[in-house]
Amino acid sequence: MEFKKIQTILYSVVISALLIFSANAQSQNECFEKVSRGVFKFNQGFDNLVLEPVAKVYNKLPEPVRNGTGNFTSNIATLLSIPNHLLQGELRLAGHATGSFVINTTIGILGFGNPAAALGLENQKEDLGQTLGAYGVGGGCYFVLPILGPTTIRDSFGMIIDNQYLDAFARVTWHEKEIKSLSGNKLDYVGVKAATAVDFRGDNMINFESLEKNSIDLYAATKSLYLQDRSKKIKNKSSSDDDSWGELDK
Amino acid sequence: MKKKLFILVSFTFLYFNFLTAVTYNSEPKIFIQELVDDATKTLSDKSLTLEEKNSFIEKVAVENVDIKALGLYTLGQIRKDLDETTLNTYQSLFKKYFLKSLTSRLNDYSSQKFEVLEAEQKNANYTIVKSKIAESVKSPEIKIDWRIYTKNPQKPLIRDLIVEGLSLARTQKEEFASILNSNSNDINALLKKLQEFISN
Repeated sequence: MEFKKIQTILYSVVISALLIFSANAQSQNECFEKVSRGVFKFNQGFDNLVLEPVAKVYNKLPEPVRNGTGNFTSNIATLLSIPNHLLQGELRLAGHATGSFVINTTIGILGFGNPAAALGLENQKEDLGQTLGAYGVGGGCYFVLPILGPTTIRDSFGMIIDNQYLDAFARVTWHEKEIKSLSGNKLDYVGVKAATAVDFRGDNMINFESLEKNSIDLYAATKSLYLQDRSKKIKNKSSSDDDSWGELDK
Repeated sequence: MKKKLFILVSFTFLYFNFLTAVTYNSEPKIFIQELVDDATKTLSDKSLTLEEKNSFIEKVAVENVDIKALGLYTLGQIRKDLDETTLNTYQSLFKKYFLKSLTSRLNDYSSQKFEVLEAEQKNANYTIVKSKIAESVKSPEIKIDWRIYTKNPQKPLIRDLIVEGLSLARTQKEEFASILNSNSNDINALLKKLQEFISN
């Protein structure tokens, strides 16, 4: 009991510190660039040796298998999107996500099918990093995590809280907490995350190759793409609103 | 005689130049539609060699992409501090870099089906043309927005491609900024990197 209290206080202090720090920091600033570049190289090695070869084999599987895998992992990710939609006050999207999860898990047979999309239900991915961003919390400095890849202070903090409290799937599997007689273990969690990564890598095979071939600083290009992507997701916009072009026309 | 020969040669040159000129409609949406159709047709033509395809892409890009403005944009604020000779060297290298990178990228995506959706005028200078690459076995549907510079309405120019909300020009600008930042804003470091890319 005492430990829980200390844990809560510690979390509160860390949250406050991070939010204050994040709000004042610029995402394009690096936390520790040299280390991040080293980790990035390690991740590239991991990609070359493990992820890319596995994704290539995965891409050779029949299309229905790949679609089913993509739908399955996407459906599980909905469990994290629902509380984050609610935290952002997006009741309509929370309703869509809940409907999508219920329909895909039942009629879609554990999420392998996606009948909810045919019914017009949106299933927009949300996480706590995006929620904090929607409330104006800046990204804080940028760094790269081993295996997990690019992140910022805000997004990595969000990831921890998502895992600890908001993601029902993580609660059941990683933390092995039984919810309504549903149980799982860490291996289930890692398996689904690995499948998500392989599905994403397989979908973006050409994009990765093209980026690698045409970049003169792949680390910087990846950083730029990550930060643009997060900004787009926070603003829920599909187009870039970069107006710095205007300077050229003066 | 010499004058007649000169006129003949000039007309022959103009005629062939006219035949190979790549001109499209000036209305942004039709401009992109025609350009994409032309590129898809040429890049999927199996009778053409890779060199012929690359030469086509380069010709289309030189005539329809605002390479000079793109070069200045990607260079960022440092462009204001450079002398004319250095800026010209940079522009020349950037053009080669851009064309090489573009031909490589377009050849990567040439087998996919484009669909131009709509155009949205942002202001007098810019129109965004929205398009998408249809979902295929190889990849999911990809939304692509084209930032078209329309200051001269008769000659629209492409300034940026925004793939799923990610600006290629901005990515390139931040790549260049990273190289400059890690070399105390020394333009020669960037020129060297561009030269290396072109030579490889």
